Amino acid sequence: MFSTNKVVKVGIAQMDVAKAPETIRTSGLGSCVGVVLYDERKKIAGLIHIMLPDSKLGKVLPGNVAKFADTGIDAMIDTLSKQGVQKFSLKAKIAGGAQMFKFSSDQDSMRIGPRNVEAVKQALRKNGVRIVAEDTGGSSGRTIEFNPETAMLMVRTVNQGVSEI
Amino acid sequence: MDNQITSLHLDVLKEIGNIGAAHAATSLSMLLNKKIDMHVPKVEMVSFNDMMELVGGPEKVVVGIYLRIEGDALGSMFFILPVEQANRFIRRLIQDEQFDFGKVPVAEIGMSAMQEMGNILSGSYLSAFSDFTGLKIYPTVPGLSVDMFGAIISTGLIEISHVSDHVIVINTSILEEGLEPSESVKGHFFLLPEPSSFSAIFNALGVS
Repeated sequence: MFSTNKVVKVGIAQMDVAKAPETIRTSGLGSCVGVVLYDERKKIAGLIHIMLPDSKLGKVLPGNVAKFADTGIDAMIDTLSKQGVQKFSLKAKIAGGAQMFKFSSDQDSMRIGPRNVEAVKQALRKNGVRIVAEDTGGSSGRTIEFNPETAMLMVRTVNQGVSEI
Repeated sequence: MDNQITSLHLDVLKEIGNIGAAHAATSLSMLLNKKIDMHVPKVEMVSFNDMMELVGGPEKVVVGIYLRIEGDALGSMFFILPVEQANRFIRRLIQDEQFDFGKVPVAEIGMSAMQEMGNILSGSYLSAFSDFTGLKIYPTVPGLSVDMFGAIISTGLIEISHVSDHVIVINTSILEEGLEPSESVKGHFFLLPEPSSFSAIFNALGVS
């Protein structure tokens, strides 16, 4: 199912970069959103595992930039540009933002998944990065793996198996 | 507060795990008419990524009950069972040997039974916590999910992630009598107090 080449693993609230033939992966996304920014010609991709929509929600500074949609995406664009990738050549694929538990009280913290997705889209729009594919929302956990060689994002859930977007 | 936690504080939290889980294990034992063993609780401060590894990695499929604690102390509570163990418990409760959390769609009666079990066990755990500390706490109605551990447990890290990249976990595992203690048969209670509530908890127990 997965390639035998090196897999760069990204933990929760972390980010990293992979170049073909490496792939890059993050596991067990619930309400978090996995954002892949990639350059198809240079075959390089960055992945951010975002927990929260807005860095202004963080009450401790300096915070971990990869935790938030706004600062995480800015930081990744910066990291990629240091590796010679220009912003206008970037495209995005995103997955996650589920609501794992259904509660009668519709607290804000329970709706964090959809809020994360919205914040990611806003941050990408602000940077002029187009979203080519997404698999977001629902109530299932996701594991994702991006292959910079093919620019395909593999999404695995417990009940629906594996799909590629 | 994170950096002022001493081993005395951790011992106090351990005692909460001990008392809470002992009550929950007794309830579970009565519910199933079966002896349930409880392990000495572990209390540790871990990074979010270490948290993901506590029951066998973020992708491990588990049956998870989750509720939020509100009132004098804030936090999240989880009751996590490996699928095989949840199956054994629920089969026994509803007397249906065919029931399987791994088979989609999962039979409604088993989901309700699991939800109810979660209700009862978290209720005993938290009323013991409340009696011990004298704090008034109000648990939300528990939610149930059968999914990847990482996706489930991260729900409880969201609030904490506003102020920290670490979490204090009060982790008590339970085991059916006569089984070898491997991860595949161990159930876990996880209590994740929010950092803003540490002082309320410690003050209530006379530790400053």
